[in-house]
Amino acid sequence: MCVTVNREAREAVGDYKAGWHDPENSTIRFDFGLSEEVVREISALKGEPGWMTETRVKAYRHFVERPMPTWGNTHVLEDIDFDGICYYLRSSDATEKEWEDVPEDIRNTFDRLGIPEAEQKWLSGVTAQYESEAVYHSIREDLEKQGVIFLDMDSGLREHPDIVRKWFCSVVPLTDNKFAALNTAVWSGGSFIYIPKGVHVEMPVQAYFRINAKNMGQFERTLIIADEGSSVHYVEGCTAPTYSTDSLHSAVVELIALPGAHIRYSTVQNWSTNVYNLVTKRGIAHEKAKIEWVDGNIGSKLTMKYPAVILKGEGSHAEVISVAYSGEGQHQDAGAKIHHLASNTTSKILSKSISKNGGRGSYRGLVKVSPKAKNCKLNVVCDALILDEQSRSDTYPTMEVANPTARCEHEASVSKVSDNQLFYLMSRGHSEEEALAMIVNGFFEPFTRELPMEYAVELNQLMALEMEGSIG
Amino acid sequence: MGQVTPLLEIRNLHAGIGESPILKGIDLVINPGEIHAIMGRNGSGKTTTANIIMGHPDYEVEQGDVLLSGEDLLELEPWERARSGVFLSFQYPQAIPGLQVGNFLRKSVSSIKGDEAAKGAEFRSTLKDAMKALDIPRSFLSRYVNDGFSGGEKKRFEILQLLLLKPKLAVLDETDSGLDIDGIRTVAAGVNSAVRGTSTGALIITHYSRILEHVRPDRIHVLMGGRIVASGGPELAIKLEEKGYEWLEVKSKAEGCA
Repeated sequence: MCVTVNREAREAVGDYKAGWHDPENSTIRFDFGLSEEVVREISALKGEPGWMTETRVKAYRHFVERPMPTWGNTHVLEDIDFDGICYYLRSSDATEKEWEDVPEDIRNTFDRLGIPEAEQKWLSGVTAQYESEAVYHSIREDLEKQGVIFLDMDSGLREHPDIVRKWFCSVVPLTDNKFAALNTAVWSGGSFIYIPKGVHVEMPVQAYFRINAKNMGQFERTLIIADEGSSVHYVEGCTAPTYSTDSLHSAVVELIALPGAHIRYSTVQNWSTNVYNLVTKRGIAHEKAKIEWVDGNIGSKLTMKYPAVILKGEGSHAEVISVAYSGEGQHQDAGAKIHHLASNTTSKILSKSISKNGGRGSYRGLVKVSPKAKNCKLNVVCDALILDEQSRSDTYPTMEVANPTARCEHEASVSKVSDNQLFYLMSRGHSEEEALAMIVNGFFEPFTRELPMEYAVELNQLMALEMEGSIG
Repeated sequence: MGQVTPLLEIRNLHAGIGESPILKGIDLVINPGEIHAIMGRNGSGKTTTANIIMGHPDYEVEQGDVLLSGEDLLELEPWERARSGVFLSFQYPQAIPGLQVGNFLRKSVSSIKGDEAAKGAEFRSTLKDAMKALDIPRSFLSRYVNDGFSGGEKKRFEILQLLLLKPKLAVLDETDSGLDIDGIRTVAAGVNSAVRGTSTGALIITHYSRILEHVRPDRIHVLMGGRIVASGGPELAIKLEEKGYEWLEVKSKAEGCA
């Protein structure tokens, strides 16, 4: 059997390479819409401990009471039909350790996305999530022997309930925001990672999230704990088919970097342009720890995502490097949040956005230095590249510095591609589209060079594809 | 034996930007292996000539022809001209932040040379030799194209591209401006090695005669008010150096009245 590709969908997809969908063969599918009953059913289905059920219910009640955000793209947010979304959908009964055991159509999907191949070549471990549940999961044996835990979140809760209970919602409380509350109420899948003291995971671990069904809500929950002096690089990729109706992706990611630990979390989200991507990502860095968010937003209809770091321990460091590409009908509202709570903490934010064909890119950033935090250094750079007159870029930078010893730097720039730059590259044998892709990829380069090479190459190809047909 | 097809032939070229005419009837023939120089003051139409040969979209040709080996250049897009063998060394090379020099050179050579492009070790060795000849350090390769380059570095980088792309026709627009004497000597040596003893032709556009002492053009043309007002051998440059452009101004006015 091969993956059935719906021709209509394929045509609608155009250049979006990941836009095909499989026939829906769900084993469990909830009705559309959300209620306390649905929340309890999800928890019961998963056989969760009582405290988790209660956390979910509390979060659900908060979600209902909490108004929609009154900032960001409120216009598009108001269009979300919470009753038209399926909150839980299971397509496979188990999380497999061998690709051969994954149901064939789902396996084919991940094959087409190149996941098993990448796993063999350059990854320490992989988890692949399809709709609500992880369908495949593996980790290299040597890491397992060193005590590294890399599981999907549901297995994490089953096998390590004490660790999960200690840290779950400790970084992003269930009352944090409407979408974090929603995620806490209906979460399913995601990754659970624990790196023991002093262990360095040299090759990245990767999670891949795929939404296949229409009007689907994917609410994965990720918790990463790096114990003292350890390090890990987690990579996340996401795609979905192109449908005419919308899907919702609302994840919560919590990172805990204990003293001296280093967590790098890299994302390239390439959701199709019918996905709302409303994600809360936050980490706490203890003494001398380091947290880096490398965050690429290429797809989705509306993304609202502001990776955050709380610099709790002295001498800790935060970095948020992000790029956003907004094409036709897209709004990337992205940025960063850093709280300097301790002395001698440092942070760096680099945000780059490109808008084209009427797309809209916004940088929204908040850097806070608390009164007690002495000698902090913070650096914010945001650059926007606008490719045509219809497109838009906005910057909303906020700095609240309550300690006078802080050293703050902020730079912002908005630029256009000049005809002379294009002519220069064309005179070296590059067509106008190639020239534009070279300029655009150059603009993203400070981000791209932070990615594993395989991802960097893919991102460059993706952007070259986006530049096709843009001239004339 | 028939006549040699000229490498570059410009016939009665009238061109400008928008409504304002800049070139008012230029004729120029460069044969394979020849080096010609166009001299003239600011605003005389030198850079316009270079940009029109390369196909800058801002310029409009009202009348006339530009042929490369008998082939109509004006019909071609800039990248097609580059692939046909035209090269322009820019007066103001553009910075492309984030695009690494090494990567850019490899892509440009493969785009222009296609299947004939040197690959792998062969490319690296050609590149190494060319960089050595131009006194360019290896660290240059990981910098971004023209980004934060000094004036001299930009000009050397243009000549490096000339050596790697091996065009049929090299147009050098003010490549000597902003260079010290050593810089001029290095750049001139690069131009000589790209042209001398090959069928490549060159058109050197300059204010001053200094670079011409090192490159020794076969013909010199003086451009004034969008027209070529004088052509001659190397002695013309010496005469200009002595008498300045006024001498020709007076001469061309007198001829215009006659």
